[in-house]
Amino acid sequence: MDFITALINGLSSGGTYAMIAIGYTMVYGIAKMLNFAHGDVIMVGGYAMYVTLLALGHPLIAVLAAVIFCIILGVTIERFAYRPLRGASPLAVLITAIGVSYLLQSLAQIIFGSSPKMPLQLQISGAVKLGALSVDYSTILTITVTVVVMAILSLFVKYSKTGRAMVAVSEDRDAALLMGINTNAIITITFAIGSALAAIAGYMMLCKAPSLSNTLGAMPGIKAFTAAVIGGIGSIPGAMLGGLLLGIVESISYSIPAIAPYTDAVEFSILIIVLLVKPSGILGKARREKV
Amino acid sequence: MKTKSFLKNYLNYAIIALVAIIFTVLSLTGGTSPKEIYLLEKIAISIILAVSLSMVVGFLGELSLGHAGFMCVGAYLGGKLASILEPIIGNGILALIISVLAGGIAAAIFGIIIGLPALRLRGDYLAIVTLAFGEIIRSVVMNAPEKLFGGTLGLETPRFDKKYLFIIAFALVLICLAVTQNLMRSKHGRAITSIRDNEIAARATGINVTKYKLFVFTISSFFAGIAGVLYSYSNYRIQSANFDYNYSIEILVMVVLGGIGSINGSIIAATLITFLNVNLQTKLTGDLAVLQNLFYAAILIVIVIYKNAPALKTFREKYSLANLKKRRKEKDQNG
Repeated sequence: MDFITALINGLSSGGTYAMIAIGYTMVYGIAKMLNFAHGDVIMVGGYAMYVTLLALGHPLIAVLAAVIFCIILGVTIERFAYRPLRGASPLAVLITAIGVSYLLQSLAQIIFGSSPKMPLQLQISGAVKLGALSVDYSTILTITVTVVVMAILSLFVKYSKTGRAMVAVSEDRDAALLMGINTNAIITITFAIGSALAAIAGYMMLCKAPSLSNTLGAMPGIKAFTAAVIGGIGSIPGAMLGGLLLGIVESISYSIPAIAPYTDAVEFSILIIVLLVKPSGILGKARREKV
Repeated sequence: MKTKSFLKNYLNYAIIALVAIIFTVLSLTGGTSPKEIYLLEKIAISIILAVSLSMVVGFLGELSLGHAGFMCVGAYLGGKLASILEPIIGNGILALIISVLAGGIAAAIFGIIIGLPALRLRGDYLAIVTLAFGEIIRSVVMNAPEKLFGGTLGLETPRFDKKYLFIIAFALVLICLAVTQNLMRSKHGRAITSIRDNEIAARATGINVTKYKLFVFTISSFFAGIAGVLYSYSNYRIQSANFDYNYSIEILVMVVLGGIGSINGSIIAATLITFLNVNLQTKLTGDLAVLQNLFYAAILIVIVIYKNAPALKTFREKYSLANLKKRRKEKDQNG
């Protein structure tokens, strides 16, 4: 029974990872860069929720406000920090992204202080009893939201004009430009979608444990990137699979007392094994380098 | 001409040696305060860290975010070994040298383990794997049995005669500098920079890319480990929280501020930032201490965009200091 509980909790935290991982994988696929600041967008979203709650007091409005704020933030970061470096060396882009991440973290600490904030109104407590099994409402909510968002996103990418333009840009940016696709606009949209998902992921984290500090998104961000790499970077289904897989591994590892303190190490060892065995990830396609 | 190139090649050694000698004389005559000695030790540690990271970031063109993690390996293993060895050997300097070597080698072994999977691939994998490594090593050390590494309280490290630690630290700086500089000027160094500039072309000319990448990364981790051992000697007590992500970023800021790919720049920036850090430590307390991080973040973003943005290329060429002479000449010819 413990194992089943761990599995369900794993699906829930895995859904959060999947949500963040999609943001990483889309940006990586389309802009060909690792958006290090993605995890910190979650944190900013958390603070946006906190401030709106103080002002307006309704959790749903707070989540909406956070989504909008994160979209604006993501697009701004892309416009002013990453776009000037398009065509520059990947190392330069990566260092700038780290700078942005660090900037957001320290700004948040300066504005809100280092002691964690507790937006308790976001918390969803209570559980459903199914025989001996007890499932938290928050777990049910996160799993439902994950499934719905993923379904919408898959349909969007597959059938909408913008979604197909995104696929085209990720396949070959220059060719897409020649076909009349506005690649800059597509990249902006990608950042917007990624940031919106980050805000939702932030809510999913806070409704389970309402403790908000400036490093809220740092570790989940790194783990979600790990999930994206495990699933195959650049592939949206891969990010979903990788996220769920990582969440389940994490939750099972937490439930075994001997391994529990080393859960992080277990998760990152999976990354290293995947990089050794199948560097393109579970669902990723190996690309041949052309000269 | 020959003296000029000689000066250019060895000026940095001379300056560092001179600084070390001046302060040695000063400390022998009792002219230095403990605070100055502490600052000197910290500067030496920072220079070793910055120069070794500069090898990976500046010459190899890869990004490591776990430099503090490798330092942590060196600090804990070297510090532990030193506290075991010192009573047995009874000679402080010998114990120090052995533990410095052991700490460096331990960090290098971790470098191979981490680098092997990540460096085979192209892209940003090294950054994320090293970042993860830095966090893992910290949690492993903290959760290790208290008898071994002291748990959350931290590891107590041997008390070496504080007055002279900085001399050994500066000697290690010179060794690190000599290794890095000579390596980068050799045939192997040119192979390494060619990988940075165009990996496919380097591969096509028969350079074993993975081997060189791993080689540079291992040497860099080795020196980070050495810096870690020095750190544990310099601090009496080390805690895993000392080696967090922020520290890795701080080292990266030194490399970027000094100019990516410039060893002397890294040395100057490391000195400057360490000087600021040690002096601001007592002044900026509480949440104000974050101002420093904000400043680092701004440095990273502004310098990298200014140096690399394609749109600013003409501006850079027009106003760069390096081209000042050339521009003046052209102006003279035209006018």
